[in-house]
Amino acid sequence: MGGRESTLVLLDENGIRCDGRKIDEPRRIMIKAGGLKNADGSAYIEFGDNKILVGVYGPRDVHPKHMSDTDTGILRVRYHMEPFSVGERKNPAPSRREIEISKVIKEALLPAVMLEKFPRTAVDVFIEVLQADGGTRCAALSAASVALADAGIPMRDMVAACAAGKVADTVILDVNNEEDQAGQADMPIGYMPSLEKVTLLQLDGVLTPEEFKKCVEVGVEGCKIVYDLQKKALNEKYFKNGGDQ
Amino acid sequence: MDNKRKYVIPGDVVTTGPFRPEQNVVLEGNKIISTTIGISEIYDDSVKVISLTGKYIPKINDLVIGKVISHTSLSWELDINSCYVGFLPAQDVFGRDFSAHADELTSKLKAGDLVAARIANFDRTRDPLVTIADRDLGKIDSGDLIKISPSKVPRLIGKRGTMIQTIETATEAVITIGQNGWVVVSCESPEGLLKAKKAIQMVNEQAHVANLTDQVKEMLESKGES
Repeated sequence: MGGRESTLVLLDENGIRCDGRKIDEPRRIMIKAGGLKNADGSAYIEFGDNKILVGVYGPRDVHPKHMSDTDTGILRVRYHMEPFSVGERKNPAPSRREIEISKVIKEALLPAVMLEKFPRTAVDVFIEVLQADGGTRCAALSAASVALADAGIPMRDMVAACAAGKVADTVILDVNNEEDQAGQADMPIGYMPSLEKVTLLQLDGVLTPEEFKKCVEVGVEGCKIVYDLQKKALNEKYFKNGGDQ
Repeated sequence: MDNKRKYVIPGDVVTTGPFRPEQNVVLEGNKIISTTIGISEIYDDSVKVISLTGKYIPKINDLVIGKVISHTSLSWELDINSCYVGFLPAQDVFGRDFSAHADELTSKLKAGDLVAARIANFDRTRDPLVTIADRDLGKIDSGDLIKISPSKVPRLIGKRGTMIQTIETATEAVITIGQNGWVVVSCESPEGLLKAKKAIQMVNEQAHVANLTDQVKEMLESKGES
């Protein structure tokens, strides 16, 4: 947790990080809505070297039946990493980590989706990580909101997510794999910009109260950048031939 | 602000102020926020968003086209392209003197049959109850089934039915539109059938384009000459 000894220079004297970014600069982000024909809604995101595909089904019948809720719909999320998504082959069976991330993403999406409109149904979100490079849960959450919107599930707001962290005693935006491994802290944040509400906040590492506040501020700014790209992706799919009427 | 139409996505603020939130919008503080991808419309005292995506949610009195999935000794189950299955009681077809012993349900409707039905009752607690006891309802014997997105059905009908009238008069086809996005087209001439199907697909794909009725008319007429 205190940061591992490493020969890698995470932050040089000019404030440039190991991959050439400034401290408040996110990685290159590309989001595309749609793309899967058989799913009700889908999205694809490239977040730096992360490549993630999300498919959404529903609202649909709940199987097994005993899981259904007569008052509201239920949300089920599966986060899964492909065997080839990381350096050494990953066992395709769901790991402890994947089960946890599935739960965390589900709980980050729940405040946004209005499932009470569809009692006795389920909405299924399938997240497949094709290539991982640190910060997959944020990228997956951002893509999942776009896919849910694409599926037409009513939402109060879209959830945008971005991580903040601390390397070399400096608060930075969007932690990559190297910074996550060797850095001092990693804080993924999920945020609904229109409602100004945080839906996901995790922290791995040690921060002082001041650093904590700074980290949240920086992370929320990152979420707003992601939010604009999510909107752009949906606008591109649905309103390509014409702007405001 | 007047009746200005705007493209919105979830989380977009449609307007602020004392408006009544109607369809697909929520009130957060004094902001009215869209909950879906669609086109927002602001009226004198209310705001609504017409959705461009999403599954069909049954509404009472909607005309739908359903496909028989299976039956029990007392009712049929219909696939109505929704997250709920339509429930068609046998009394509705056989009348009040229906008896589970004497009447065979498959003699009237078999699995795979298409029916035009009306949603008789639907609330949050039970599956939608459908009825075929009305004029123009019942089993569909002939025609081609086309599946379009349920959110685009209003576009296919058009303002006061202009779009569907345009297609019907140009092709002499008879078109039955279910609110659930299933459409049955039947036509005497094969060319008319093909043209009508093409026009319906065109509406499905280009629902957001302005002046679509004119474009469809143009397409129908141009093919007619050649």
